[in-house]
Amino acid sequence: MIETKSNVDFSLKRDLFGRLVAIVKDGVEKVGVVPVRAFPISAPTAGFALLDAEGHELAWLSDLASLPRPDREIFEQALSAREFTPEIRRLLEVSSFATPSTWTVETDRGPTRFVLKGVEDIRSLTPPRLMVTDSHGVNYLIQSLNLLDRHSRKLLDRFL
Amino acid sequence: MMSGLSHVNAKEPPALPPNSAPTAVAPELTQQLAPHEVLIASLALDLDDDLHYAPGLLALTAARLLVQHPTDHSWSEYALDSDLTLEYRDHAGVATLELRDAKHTLSRWHFTLEQHRAARRLIEDFNRIRDGRVRDPSLETTCPTCGGPLAAGDECPACARAVHTPPSTWTLLRLWRFARPYSRQLISGFLLTLAATAATLVPPYMTMPLMDKVLIPFGNGVPIRFDLVGLYVGGLLGAAVLAWALGWARTYILALVSERIGADLRTTTFDHMLRLSLEYYGGKRTGDLMARLGSETDRICVFLSLHLLDFATDVLVILMTATILFVVNPWLALVTLLPLPIIAWMIHVVRDHLRHGFEKANRIWSEVTNVLADTIPGIRVVKAFAQEQRESVRFRDANRRNLAVNDRVNAVWSLFTPTVTLLTEVGLLVVWGFGIWQVSRHQITVGVLTAFLAYISRFYTRLDSMSRIVSVTQKAAAGAKRIFEVLDHVSSVPEPVDPVRIDALKGAIELSNVGFRYGSRAVLEGISLDIAPGEMIGLVGHSGSGKSTLVNLTCRFYDVGEGAIKVDGIDIRALAVADYRRNVGLVLQEPFLFFGTIGDNIAYGKPDAGRAEIVAAARAAHAHEFILRLPHGYDSLVGERGQTLSGGERQRISIARALLIDPRILILDEATSAVDSETEKEIQGALDNLVRGRTTIAIAHRLSTLRQANRLVVLDRGRIVEVGGHDELMALKGDYFRLYQTQRRQIEIDEISWTPAGLEREA
Ligand SMILES: Nc1ncnc2c1ncn2[C@@H]1O[C@H](COP(=O)(O)OP(=O)(O)O)[C@@H](O)[C@H]1O
Ligand SMILES: [Mg+2]
Repeated sequence: MIETKSNVDFSLKRDLFGRLVAIVKDGVEKVGVVPVRAFPISAPTAGFALLDAEGHELAWLSDLASLPRPDREIFEQALSAREFTPEIRRLLEVSSFATPSTWTVETDRGPTRFVLKGVEDIRSLTPPRLMVTDSHGVNYLIQSLNLLDRHSRKLLDRFL
Repeated sequence: MMSGLSHVNAKEPPALPPNSAPTAVAPELTQQLAPHEVLIASLALDLDDDLHYAPGLLALTAARLLVQHPTDHSWSEYALDSDLTLEYRDHAGVATLELRDAKHTLSRWHFTLEQHRAARRLIEDFNRIRDGRVRDPSLETTCPTCGGPLAAGDECPACARAVHTPPSTWTLLRLWRFARPYSRQLISGFLLTLAATAATLVPPYMTMPLMDKVLIPFGNGVPIRFDLVGLYVGGLLGAAVLAWALGWARTYILALVSERIGADLRTTTFDHMLRLSLEYYGGKRTGDLMARLGSETDRICVFLSLHLLDFATDVLVILMTATILFVVNPWLALVTLLPLPIIAWMIHVVRDHLRHGFEKANRIWSEVTNVLADTIPGIRVVKAFAQEQRESVRFRDANRRNLAVNDRVNAVWSLFTPTVTLLTEVGLLVVWGFGIWQVSRHQITVGVLTAFLAYISRFYTRLDSMSRIVSVTQKAAAGAKRIFEVLDHVSSVPEPVDPVRIDALKGAIELSNVGFRYGSRAVLEGISLDIAPGEMIGLVGHSGSGKSTLVNLTCRFYDVGEGAIKVDGIDIRALAVADYRRNVGLVLQEPFLFFGTIGDNIAYGKPDAGRAEIVAAARAAHAHEFILRLPHGYDSLVGERGQTLSGGERQRISIARALLIDPRILILDEATSAVDSETEKEIQGALDNLVRGRTTIAIAHRLSTLRQANRLVVLDRGRIVEVGGHDELMALKGDYFRLYQTQRRQIEIDEISWTPAGLEREA
């Protein structure tokens, strides 16, 4: 069995440019570190890592509880600043049932519009979740078909 | 100033709300500007600080940067000091622009990648104004959006084609394009059908006099007139024979046409598919494309040649019969037509239902083929990990979903047809009843009634078959939609409208400020490199640093996102794709051989090559001897994907293939990485032959293979970090030095652990 344990021996702060700085062993400061989730979609709360500016792993956290309070807030805040997966709550309109099709949707981040290039850009994740990728590579999440209203379901059904 | 703004906005439509952002902001911005202040660049912000969608604006003038904050729509301004910098970065589709002075960050704005290019231009202008430079005049001849060359009239051919227009939904009408070449046969088929149907309409008409002049007078005591019987029965026979002959001719002609239309549809679609860029194939599933080309084209051609004509004749027959009925007796005719509006309404109801169902069924059918297209080439992995059960479940699931969708369509469908039949049966009863009532009142004769009933049964049969066509039509429409999705797809590597002709290239390659991204991921940025004709460049860097992407761009498998690639001073986007590729030889890590003989595979890029040429190429590629050792020599079959050969053998054949076309530009992408070091030595000899005298870009994992390179270029995370000769770069003690050291250590470890001493030590 291969296992990875949390190794938390760093603390976090922000510098004047707003960059995240990790202070590791012996007070060495690493500027521009990046927190990431290992399974951002299937298990967003299990498995985090802190990468340095070159993309090498500085630390692994199996869950955030292992981080002390102030660091955890900085970590979470930095995570959310990098995450952009709007969740589609409602489909208002689609320009056509053939692709490319322009979708007008309501998301948890407000209303928006995007171009769906092909039906293969709607992928099923662990059911019942769906992921829609637009022409610029932004991913949108649909939690479940059943949570959408009738109109949205009907529109979406034409692409599934 | 206003026009400048609206120009920018027209190019870069904001995300939502649809109409509020630019038009609402524009007058406000005008208010912000001083009387003679000119807007130089602007950028629509569409995300606020918490990454929620909200409109804002960033505007650049000669003196300041104006910002309307997405959160509260308030304005701020920043005077353009010399210590200000704009920092751009993007991640997961969100771009961030940071304004900094020497000490700290002043502000930070977010927007989606849709505004990416506007942002780039704003930053460029910002830096230019801050440094007091003037605008680069060469920018005026390149497209502001993609950096490509502009055609006459300031229009960018690449951008003009990249519009996201969905294919028209009148796909069935668009199929006419494939039927037109056969219009003569189709028209004669139609006329034959018409004549055949007319012939079938004769018999009922003859029953009228047979009844009224022969049978009913006989009932009243008049002897049967056999001359009349002979005439009428002869007429009936003649009509039947005629209908038979006509029907035979029609079926034969239409069957021929059907096959030809199907073949045309398939070849046209396949031709189009071959011209699409790698980007297209990156997103598509093999099984899906195969399903579209296979079963769906088939369905469409059957529809076009058979059902469409059937439908036309049905309509005609119905019209003809209705006319006859009305001529014979208008009241009875009216009663006959009673079910018609109900059927029309029903068709209207089920039509959309059916089409969506069939579309879904098609998509799911693709899934079924996808599983096959995945599993069969990967069968070694499936077996190695003993996952047969899992693949079987996947296939079964796809089939089950297929069944479920079809069941739903069939539920609608199975109800529809019998209902139409029921309606026609009821109609028949009504006609009987109404007819007998009319006979009793002496308004019509018995003959008229029997003729009527004979016609009506034909009429209703037609109605039945016409309603059946609803399903076939919707099936074809669903298939046509998917075919046109392929046919309407414009290649993201477009052919230039007016290509520059080239004969032979010298082979100078110039990359200027090349940038590229896959979706939202930036993979290359600011790559600039001049390669002289005949020079060999070694491209090194960690895996994932963008080396293959760079050569893909050089081959024009993808078009650059920013900047330009020029050969002999000509932008490669201005050359005909095939013309250019003829000058490029490519050897990949995983050589792909096609099913066929070794000779055919070597001659793949030059099918008219003579045998002597093929042998010479194989010799230079050090493949000649092993080929001769095979039982059938150059005529040996290599199997699908060349699976009967070893990796090194396949690689040497692919080198011979590249040698044979004698390209000016040669690209080796990890050509020796997949083989052991013994084989590599052999291949290396072949490669040395190949490289001689050509402009070469070679990527190699083992740095030792690049000893012949004139210059080494080190890539790191999409940027060039070092350029120079081996010794130069080693002296620099930078990235290359580290790469080299790591490999040295690796080789030493390998050597130690494989020598007997090393093995002993391990034990
Ligand atoms: N078709 C693709 N779609 C999306 N990302 C890709 C694609 N091909 C490569 N990439 C990504 O682009 C980066 C550069 O890849 P590549 O040029 O193949 O690297 P290299 O050849 O240097 O190993 C990698 O991070 C890879 O994951
Ligand atoms: Mg590669």
